Order: sequence, then structure tokens, then C-alpha cells
Amino acid sequence: MPAVQETIDQVSLIDVDQYKYGFVTDIESDRAPKGLSEDIVRFISAKKNEPEWMLEWRLEAYRRWLTMTEPKWARVHYPKIDFDDLYYYSAPKSTKGPKSLDEVDPELLATYEKLGIPLREREILAGVEGASDRRVAVDAVFDSVSVVTTFKEELKKAGVIFCAISEAIREYPEIVKKYLGSVVPTTDNYYATLNSAVFSDGSFVYIPEGVRCPMELSTYFRINERNTGQFERTLIIAEKGAYVSYLEGCTAPMRDENQLHAAVVELVALDDAEIKYSTVQNWYPGDKDGKGGIYNFVTKRGDCRGDRSKISWTQVETGSAITWKYPSCILRGDDSQGEFYSIAVSNGYQQVDSGTKMIHLGKRTKSRIISKGIAAGRSDNTYRGLVSAHRKASGARNFTNCDSLLIGDKCGAHTVPYIESKNASAVFEHEATTSKIADDQLFYCLQRGLSSEEAVALIVNGFVKDVIQQLPMEFAVEAQKLISISLEGSVG
Amino acid sequence: MNAQPRILRTQAEDTLAAEFAAARTQLPGSTAIASAREAAFAAFQKVGLPHRRVEAWKYTDLRALLRSVPPLALDIAVDGVVPADPLIGFDRARIVIIDGVFRPELSDLSGIEGATITPTVELLRADDARIGARLGAIDDAVVSLNTALMVGGVAIDVPEGVTVARAIEIAHVTTAAIGVHVRNIVTVGADASLRVVESHVGSVGSAYQANVVTEATIGDRAKVVWAKLQAEGDASVHLGTLAVSIGKETQFDHLVLMTGATVSRSQTFVTFTGEFARAGLFGATMIGGRQHADIMLGVDHAVPNGQSRERFKAVMDGRADGIFQGRIVVRPDAQKVDARMMTQGLLLSEESSFSAKPELEIFADDVQCAHGATSGQIDDDMLFYLLSRGIPKAEAETLLVTAFLAEAIEGLGDEAIGAAFEAIAGQWLAARGSEAAA
Amino acid sequence: MLEIRNLHASVGDRQILRGVDLVVPTGEVHAIMGPNGSGKSTLSYVLSGRDGYDITEGEILFDGKEIIDMPAEERAAAGIFLAFQYPLEIPGVATMTFLKAALNAQRKARGEAELTTPDFMRRVKVAAEKLNVTQEMLRRPLNVGFSGGEKKRNEILQMALLEPKLAILDETDSGLDIDALRVVSDGVNALRSPNRSMLVITHYQRLLDHIVPDVVHVMSAGRIVRSGGPELALELEANGYAGYVEAAA
Repeated sequence: MPAVQETIDQVSLIDVDQYKYGFVTDIESDRAPKGLSEDIVRFISAKKNEPEWMLEWRLEAYRRWLTMTEPKWARVHYPKIDFDDLYYYSAPKSTKGPKSLDEVDPELLATYEKLGIPLREREILAGVEGASDRRVAVDAVFDSVSVVTTFKEELKKAGVIFCAISEAIREYPEIVKKYLGSVVPTTDNYYATLNSAVFSDGSFVYIPEGVRCPMELSTYFRINERNTGQFERTLIIAEKGAYVSYLEGCTAPMRDENQLHAAVVELVALDDAEIKYSTVQNWYPGDKDGKGGIYNFVTKRGDCRGDRSKISWTQVETGSAITWKYPSCILRGDDSQGEFYSIAVSNGYQQVDSGTKMIHLGKRTKSRIISKGIAAGRSDNTYRGLVSAHRKASGARNFTNCDSLLIGDKCGAHTVPYIESKNASAVFEHEATTSKIADDQLFYCLQRGLSSEEAVALIVNGFVKDVIQQLPMEFAVEAQKLISISLEGSVG
Repeated sequence: MNAQPRILRTQAEDTLAAEFAAARTQLPGSTAIASAREAAFAAFQKVGLPHRRVEAWKYTDLRALLRSVPPLALDIAVDGVVPADPLIGFDRARIVIIDGVFRPELSDLSGIEGATITPTVELLRADDARIGARLGAIDDAVVSLNTALMVGGVAIDVPEGVTVARAIEIAHVTTAAIGVHVRNIVTVGADASLRVVESHVGSVGSAYQANVVTEATIGDRAKVVWAKLQAEGDASVHLGTLAVSIGKETQFDHLVLMTGATVSRSQTFVTFTGEFARAGLFGATMIGGRQHADIMLGVDHAVPNGQSRERFKAVMDGRADGIFQGRIVVRPDAQKVDARMMTQGLLLSEESSFSAKPELEIFADDVQCAHGATSGQIDDDMLFYLLSRGIPKAEAETLLVTAFLAEAIEGLGDEAIGAAFEAIAGQWLAARGSEAAA
Repeated sequence: MLEIRNLHASVGDRQILRGVDLVVPTGEVHAIMGPNGSGKSTLSYVLSGRDGYDITEGEILFDGKEIIDMPAEERAAAGIFLAFQYPLEIPGVATMTFLKAALNAQRKARGEAELTTPDFMRRVKVAAEKLNVTQEMLRRPLNVGFSGGEKKRNEILQMALLEPKLAILDETDSGLDIDALRVVSDGVNALRSPNRSMLVITHYQRLLDHIVPDVVHVMSAGRIVRSGGPELALELEANGYAGYVEAAA
């Protein structure tokens, strides 16, 4: 049984401290004054040397945000956030504009090294063997700024633009103007509107017509500074026939207070284009008593604008105190496809309310949802998803499978699907189950000599396999380890 | 987007307030009931008619759907046209409630020895503790409205150990454009057995609004079969609620068939209060034209070792909107619960729609819970199989739709009721077929 | 009985039949063999009138009459029967109910009187006994929970009851073990008659050991590429389809 051995090895690699990314980098920061006002919005815009139109866009969003209230429908509970008690901009002092790798502060490089993120172009992702021929371009975002983007020159040769969004606003204003806010409008929801007003950095990807991006692109987000909100904004455009696979990872130090992360990601796929977007979300989840942790309120949406386009979301959510996130697909083009593969693991006092929306507008559009929720400790884990077919979505198809696993009797697993069909020829199928790890499976493993923790890890890995397989290899190994770590101590 | 200031009252809400103000002193009941009415109306007024921002009413926006409210029926039957009996030929005793008033002289109470039938009005006057006993956990504006305005209805009591020989029909008949608020109370003692058919009909073309709330308490080891037929008049609004608690080792089977009314909502709330109880909950919706039918189901596994099976089927034709919302809750420590919910929508026309929200809310780990949902049209492969055997298309469709609905209707496990309800489904399909031919 | 001339059919943009010519005289049993994807199953669906196929060229004459514009149920009433490769499961419809509906619908379409229930029951009983179809199976919903063999026997039972002029057997041997294959083949052979034609579609020769055809046709890439006697099937068994696939490509 090689799979068993593999899991045992993985479990034995698990560090004693449960969250190994919880260190703080001691680096001098340049911060905006605390609180939120029009002046702060102007401050951020000025820091980024933004053109006037961008400032106006932000201010409009800010004014809109002032009239809005926080959404209450998700199954998450937290004390009211004091938006005036946060810093909205923080950047390592050593960073002034785009840099070459040689100029990056060694302290920062060391931080990413410690996180296992390769910022030197010759390196590969730490801990992955047999991947030496696979290269990954990385955009590293530290608090509010992008500190470096690797492989930029090589990508440029292929016509691919991969840079910080702040740089794109200056360098490619026409593309940004055309697409920014076109998938997630500034008025979309409370956190997306806030993000539109104060976003500081994030990645920009543009794949020209017919180009298959020559390597995986990835962004690595790190929140370091205390009391700082991170509001990143990512925009990916795949022109006709283009293809890109994009990965995103995130970590933060262990801190006693909660920190806010409110990102917006917009994807646009034109005719025959394909975007594969993978996330391994490992923000600090808080300690065993539920103290601290990131509030992760994220709006991610892809627009299959062109015919036969495809957008695929894969997420492994193990971190954050609260996750509020619904990567969605608008299936506008005829024959377009949307996919959502998700693993959400919650332990301790974590609260997850996550899922997707598949909006079928075009003819013969297809979507597939595979969601695996694992709740342990005193956590709550909710899948919330919408599948809808509009009048004109003839021949639309959806298949949804969401399974929940409960480990222990103090946690909750919830499934809230919305299925709305206004087209007779649309065929939707949804199935969901909730159960615990079967005693006989567990016994089988124990009888073969596994410890109960190993057995749980093994069975859980089997449970999430369909989703893990969707991840690029580099992330699959990391994701499996993360899941094991997240569940540590969950078996009595 | 999320600002929820209390919107100005709608005309319907204004009318209801005026009606309550005018009727409050005439409504029957003790002083305790009078103050319960006041509290319930205040609760209703605070939130108003349910609208789409109220999650439980997301798909049935009464604020938009109820443009106006007809005058209240108090304790006098209007006695307009009584529609035909849809269950003719089915053997049962009959409690007839016309325009909200229990009419013993029109009822047939033979063959139900052991059971006691009392007009609800008497319970209201006696301040009976069973009024409102099952509604504590239900926060619903329509139920509050019923509590404020309830007048008629009956109480059925089946004492411990009694098996009622004949099925009892509670026939709700509305004959004119009035607002009817009925409250029924059903109490089934331990080891007793009862079959109930709750029917709702009304005169054609009459824009009445019926709000019927039934509270049922089912004792340990009792066996209850309960079938609801919503075949209201074509211009009416039906708002029906059943709140039932089921005791230890009880077997409770419930079926709702929705085919009438222009706007209808049927709510069933089942609470498991004793272990090892089993509930079978079924629904069949058959609507067309511009009908809107919403089934809401709440299953609360409050104790361990419960079992529930839910199967809901909806067939929509014309421009009809069919809705199913089902929620299974397994409370902390309610271990070993086994719950399976299936909901399926079948769209027969281009402009019909189906929405479903089958929810699981699980707080205990040693459970087996599952739900499934599908939406689609008649399966092409199945249809072709029948066509290839020479069965004409209309007949093949009828056969498939009948089979689709039968899976829900037969779930009830009561042959006589099943046959009566399948006949009603058959009539609906035949009417549809002849319309298509015309 | 059946004459197919230059039949072209496609699904969406995909051309599947590319000029099929085939004549099956009354009373003969013809086999169509061919590799996967050669268009055999498509031909059976096109003949029985399934939606979703565009007939772009050619004609299908059944009893001398063009049937391309005939809906599936009329073709069935006219005497075309398809034994499905994968018989459909139809929950909620009892097998007996289905058989009666089909038989009476066809009789009605032909202007014959509907059968009385006792008469119908008698016919089913006789046919069912020959095929080892139990009363219990007949009470169950159509094909639901039937084994592969039970489903195929149920197909032949329907054929026996409906008494078609042309029976198309689409991969009737798939999913059958030897014993089941014998029962099904015996059932089919019992229905051979001078008034009835059969078109037996199969990938493997083994079915033709049991149902011996008068003529064997080889289909490849949407055409009949060779025809011959029963010995052709043996040749195919020995040499495979490789030569035909290449020849067609």
C-alpha cells in the first residue's frame, strides 16, 4: 500500500508548531496614517503614482462604500470591524518602485526563502522533487506592495505581461481601463467596493491572442505588518485562444489581533481562451482558542466572455479565522465552461463560508462543482453555492458534488445550494453528503498499524483526492501537507 | 445593497393593519389569547409581509405578490359556490370548514369512534395551552398573522392507544373573495393511529386568501399518515403551515400535493422530540399557466437516532414557477441521524422555472445525511425508448410524468390515499394533454 | 422489406453515415459487423427515428415507403423494432404497464382493437415463460434494478409481444454471459419467420454462432464496405477489422 506509506511520511514531516509561517519579518515600513478617509485613498493613489482617472475611480468607490453596510447572510460570526482602526497601506521602506532581483532587500528574500517561495529564477519551489524542469514565475506581494516579479523578461518575449497591478496602471492604462471592474464592478459588494477604493497591489496578467503562457504564473501574498489590511487586486486577461495557469499562495504572521484581507480577483477569458486559477490559502487561522487570525473576505469572479472559453477555479482553503469567498464563473459565451474544485478544511474556531456561483447565460454552457469540506475542532464549515440557468441558456449542464466530513462532535458542516433553472433544456444535477469518517474504514487502518492521526490523514487525503488532482504538481504536495497540518490534534 | 430600512408599508399591509384594528375586539378567545393576538400582530407589523430579502421567503416575495387583501371572514360563513369534491370516491370521514367556519351539519363524523372533534373557537375561549404550543421556534410573519387573526378550524384528539378506523378529511372550502385564517390542532396520543387528509379547495375565479396553520403533536409510538391536497381555486392565494412534533418511535408520513391557487406556499416543520422516530416527507407539485407554488420544509433532528426521508417532485408547465426549499438540521449531539432528501424539478415548457434550495445544517458528526437535486426536462433517452415502442408522444410524456410524480406520491405508503392523489395527478395531466391537443 | 440508399447522416458537425447502401429482403436475417465508431449504432437509431440525427442525403424505404420523415412511434407501429444495446431504466413505470401501453398504442395506430386485460396477460405470460422472465420482474419498474441479462431478455420479450416486421438488434450480446446469450438467442431464433426481417448489429462473431445470418455486412467509417455469407463473420473473427479500417481511411 504505497499510498499509506506516502501519507505516513507526510504526517511525520509535520512540524511541531502547527502554523509554521507565523514568524514576523522585522523590516522597516512606510505606512499610511491609521484609518480610512478620502485623504487615505488619495495617499495610496499618490504612493502608486497613479493617473488621475484611477484616483477618481477609487474615490467613487469610496463614496459608494460609505453608503453600504456589511453583508450578514453568511454563516460567520465576528465582532464588528472598526475600519478606522486599520492601516490601509504599508510597504517595506526599502522598496521604491519596480526592482531587479539583485536590489531586493535581503531580509525580504530571506522571508520568502523561509516560506519556500523561489524568488531567484534558477530555483524551483522548495521541497518539490522531480520538478526541476518546471519553472514558475512569481510576483511577490508583501503587505501593500509587489516587491519583485520574476521571469518578466522571458515572459515578455512571449508577449505575456506579468507585473504588479500598480505598474500595469501606469504602463498599460488602456488594457486596465478596459477590464478593471468589468467583472466585479466597484458597486458589487461591501468588501469589493472597499477594495476598489483602497487596493494597494496585486498582479496583472495579460496573455495575447493565441499565446499559451510558457510557464506557470504565481503570486505570493504575505501580510507582515500589524493592524494592516491587505487589499490586493488581481486582473487576468486571456485573449482569444490564450491559455494561462496561475497560482496564488498566502501566509501571515501569528498575531493576537484579527487582520483583514479583502481581495478582488477578476478573470476575463475571450473566445477559446482558458484560465486555470489555483489558490492555496493558508493565512494565519488564529490560535487554538480562536484568538487572532485573518478575516478573509474575498471576491473572485471569472467572466467567460468569449465562446468556448473556460475558467477553472481550484482552491485549497486551510487558513484564516474567517473565510468568505465564492470564486464564480459567468458563463456568457456559448459553449463556455466553468469549474470549481474546492477543499475547505476548518479546525479550531475557524469559520468557513465558501462556495461558488455558476451563472449560465450562454447556450450549451457547462459547469462542474466539486467541493469537499472538512470540519474539525469547534469550527463551522459551510458550502454555499448557486447554479442558475437563464432563459437563453439552452442546453446548459451542471454537475455538483459537495461532500462534507465531520471530525469530532463540536463542529458543524452545512450545505446551502441554490439551484435556479429558467430553461427547460438545462440539466442540473446536485448531490451532497455529510458524514463522519466511517468507523470501519478507520478500524481497517488501525488494524494495519496506523495511528489514528495517520489513519485520519490517509482517509482525508482520499476524500479530497478529486480536487488535489486538479492542482498543479507543485501545489498538490504542499496542499496535502497543509491539510494534514490543519487537522493536527483533531482526533481525540 | 444590504441596507434594509423598513420599507413603507404596502397597500396589503395597510389593509391588514386596518382589518386587525377593526376586528381585534370581535375576535374570539380569552384575554390571554387576545394579548397573544396583539403580540403576534405587533411581530407581523415589525417585519411586514415576507419579501425576497427574507431568506426563507427568497423565492416567494409576498410583498410583491400580494397586491391587495380581501375582507376578513370572521365567524360567519359566506356560503358562496361550493366547488366539487376532488376526492370523491375515497372513503373517509369529513370535517367541513367553509369560509373558515367548522360546519358540523355538513360534516360526516361516522366511523371515527374514539376521536374527539372540537371547534378551535372553544379552545380559544378556554385559553387552551395547545394553541401556539408548536409554534415557539417558528419565526414567520405569515404564522404571526394567522395567530393574530385565527378564527375557525377544529381540534382533533385521538387518545392513547386508539386506532381511528376511517381516514379523517379536514376539508377547507372557501367560497368567496375573503381572507380566511384557520387554526387546527391535532393531538395523537401514544400508541394511537390516525390517517388525515387535509384538503383545500375554493370557488373558481374568486380572489380569496387562505392562511391555515395546523399544530400537531404526535405521541410516542403513534402512527400517523397525513396527506395534504392543495387544489385551491385558480385565483386564490394559499398559505399553509403544519408544525408537528413527533415523539419516540413514531412513524409519521406526510405528503403534500400542490396543484391549485395562483400563489401558494406550503410550509411543513417537523421536530423530532423522541428518539428512533421515522418521518417520510413527500411532495408533488403540478402547476401551469402563471402559477407559483413554493414548498418549504424544515426538519429538525433535535434528538439522536432519528430517520427522515424526503422526496419532492415538481412539474411545471406554461409560465409556472416551482420552488422547493428544504432544510434538514441535525442538532449537536443528535447522533446517528439518518436523513436523505431528494428534490427534482421537471420543466415541461420553455417559460417555466424551477428553483431549489436543499440545505443541510449538521452539528453532530456520527450522522448519514445526504441530499440531491436535479432540474431538467423529460429525459430524451427515456422518451425515445417509449416512442420506439410505438407509444405516441403525448401518451409517453404523460406516462413519464406520472411515473415521476408517483415516486413521491407512493412514498406515503397509503394505498387508498395514494390512489386518490394519483387520480388527481392523472386529471391534471389529462387536462394538460387536452389543452395541448386543442 | 428494408432498402437503404446512399444514406448520409450526421450529428452536429460530425458526419457519421457516409453513404450506406443496404437491402434486407423479407424473411432474411442480416448481420452488420464493424469496428467501434463505424456507425453501426447510429444506423440503428436513424432507422428507428431517434431525434438528433441530420439525414443529409439518401433514402430509407420500409415496405417500399420512405420513412425518413416519420416520427419514431409511427415507425414502431409500422413494424420497426429496436432492441437497445442499453435498455433504459424508467423508474416508476411498471414493466407490465409499459408493455400494455406499447402494445395497445401500436394496435390503435394500426386500427386494431385494444386487447382486453385477460387477453393481454395471457400473451405476456406465454412470451415471458419462454424467456425466463418472472412475474416478479414484470411487476418491477421498467428495467430498474435488472441485471444485464434481465434487461436483454426484457427487450426480446417486447419484441415477441409487439411482433415487428423488422427487428433491429443493437449489440444484443453485450453484457451477456454464455448462458444468458443462449436464452436470448433462442428467443430471437424462435421469432424468425418468413414474414419478418432482422438486422443484427454486433461487434463480435460469437452472437452469430447462435443467430446465424443469411448475409453478413461489414461496416466501416459510415459505409457498408463488404458483404458476404456467414463465412465472412468467421473471417473477421480470425483477421480482425484492421484491414477494413485502413481501407476506409
